[in-house]
Amino acid sequence: MSEKVLMKGNEAFAEAAILGGSRYYFGYPITPQNEIPEYMSRELPKRGGAFLQAESELGAINMAYGASASGGRVFITSSSPGIALMQEGLSFLSSAEVPLVVLAVCRGGPGIGGIHPGQADYLQVTRGGGNGDYKVPVFAPSSIQEAVDLIYESVELSDYWQNPFLVFTDGILAQMMEPVVLPDPRPEMKNEDIKKHKPWAITGYGDDDSKRAVVKSLRMVPDDLEKHVEKLFEKYARAEKELVRVETLGVEDADIVFVAFGTVARITKEAIELLADRGIKAGLIRPISLWPFPYGAFDLITDKTKVVISAELSMGQLIQDVKIGVGKRFPIGLINRTGGIIPTSLEIANRAESILKAGS
Amino acid sequence: MEQVFAYTKGMVRTDTSYCPGCAHGIAHRLIMETLDEMGRLGSTIGVAPIGCSVQAHKFMNVDMCESAHGRAPAVATGIRRVHPDKLVFTYQGDGDLASIGTGEIIHAAARGEKISTFFINNGIYGMTGGQMAPTTLIGQRSTTSQSGRTVEQAGAPMRVCELLATLDGAVYIERVALNSPANINKAKKAVRRAFEVQEKGLGFSLVEFLSTCPTDWGLAPADAMKWVSEKMIPYYPLGVFKSPEGGQA
Ligand SMILES: Cc1ncc(C[n+]2csc(CCOP(=O)(O)OP(=O)(O)O)c2C)c(N)n1
Repeated sequence: MSEKVLMKGNEAFAEAAILGGSRYYFGYPITPQNEIPEYMSRELPKRGGAFLQAESELGAINMAYGASASGGRVFITSSSPGIALMQEGLSFLSSAEVPLVVLAVCRGGPGIGGIHPGQADYLQVTRGGGNGDYKVPVFAPSSIQEAVDLIYESVELSDYWQNPFLVFTDGILAQMMEPVVLPDPRPEMKNEDIKKHKPWAITGYGDDDSKRAVVKSLRMVPDDLEKHVEKLFEKYARAEKELVRVETLGVEDADIVFVAFGTVARITKEAIELLADRGIKAGLIRPISLWPFPYGAFDLITDKTKVVISAELSMGQLIQDVKIGVGKRFPIGLINRTGGIIPTSLEIANRAESILKAGS
Repeated sequence: MEQVFAYTKGMVRTDTSYCPGCAHGIAHRLIMETLDEMGRLGSTIGVAPIGCSVQAHKFMNVDMCESAHGRAPAVATGIRRVHPDKLVFTYQGDGDLASIGTGEIIHAAARGEKISTFFINNGIYGMTGGQMAPTTLIGQRSTTSQSGRTVEQAGAPMRVCELLATLDGAVYIERVALNSPANINKAKKAVRRAFEVQEKGLGFSLVEFLSTCPTDWGLAPADAMKWVSEKMIPYYPLGVFKSPEGGQA
């Protein structure tokens, strides 16, 4: 591990992917993640990899598919409209069981929206976003350090699960600077070793065509397709057990339980302190994995709680999972901003207090 | 007895799924025979996007992947960046390459991507049942140009070789036809040259095959071959549009 270094989010994310073993990056410029392709264009050629500025996000995701289908470790990044263009590709990779790590730096929408931070792609990233029955595990860091660790880990996880992995963040983490400890570099995967780790990869079979590899998605016969999707869903069922990540804070005896992720969770932690000064006990469920969603954490909420509040940068998207987690046990409130506006801790505390009072 | 013909190791020993009189099978064999002769079957990776030939991996005896509609040149780019020592090719239809995938093919060519593209121009969307393609001829009927394509409504058919030949990164561009034994022999030489250009690392290469779709053209196989000679070749002239030696058609 490195000493503590002060790094800008985007550069730390890029370095984390390289240290994690990614050597291929394909991307198209979009704010607020441009420092990542810039960093990769400088670093990857020096470190035995390749950078390519794609003609579009359609190009980028499909280059990523080709590079990964042939055994390379690939990291790509984009922001909302670009991630939208990648959805056909993510569906395809999931179907073809090809690994990939994607960092989505969410901004305000809909349409071209704006460049300021948002979480309004929550349903897109957690519900698929592309066509068909498939799942993409999604992690939502709330500090640069956590993002670095999750990106680093996702490189290995996506290889293991043979599935794309998403890390979902926003322009605040991407653009600010924080001290981080960088992990040790993973040993590089040489081309000669690809087949040892990824027997399915298309690398050219050499002398023995009985080892011929095919990476595919199409299943023309409904029986075959149903079996294939069922096999994918056995994998997803296992992922739902093994990939859940959550942080909880003072949930057990709280009057208010907040549910918030990423940047908003950080601000909410401050709001919880402000509420404590006013004699109101508030706790937090911070989903780190957005899919699989930590519904189990809601069992920690005790009957003492009067309201569960979803705090989010969207018009009521996270709240849909909060409703599933809460069921009919507690009233549910929403504190949200959109369009790229970040609520202050004071705004969250004040609005939470009024929701609490309105309910009692 | 002297053996005068052998089945190429490049083709999997199975029946293809193509319609009678469709020239996909001929193009498959030319490409695979060439790789076999070059001793490169085990060190080649192919990409077949959506279209009638999306399942080319069932017939072509090389490592292959499918790709989304139009995206094969991007997929091949990714593969080639990981494996600069392998031959990488795409095998694309005209709806795929000249319509939904124009961005990917133009930029792969412009970058001088060291891949070879085999472009099957049958003037129609085969897999989806005969809709108009960017290459459908003026006056030609399709299920979405039922009285025949007009310039007013759909513009003039696109000549892909001529377009791509304007790009510096495109090093070898040739149009061939699969309508006669003589032209099929020429087509095979073009395939060989495309792979050789790639082997030498010179840049992007593309061979366009004027091909047939008897089913969606509503023609018998022999008449479909005649249609290629009489209608397609006059609009899509055969020849070399770009070569490393600077030869022009
Ligand atoms: C994104 C997307 N749009 C449309 C389709 C439907 N589609 C499948 S194949 C095809 C056209 C194929 O025509 P062509 O590329 O000319 O190849 P051919 O089948 O004639 O060999 C279309 C439009 C698709 N699969 N994906």
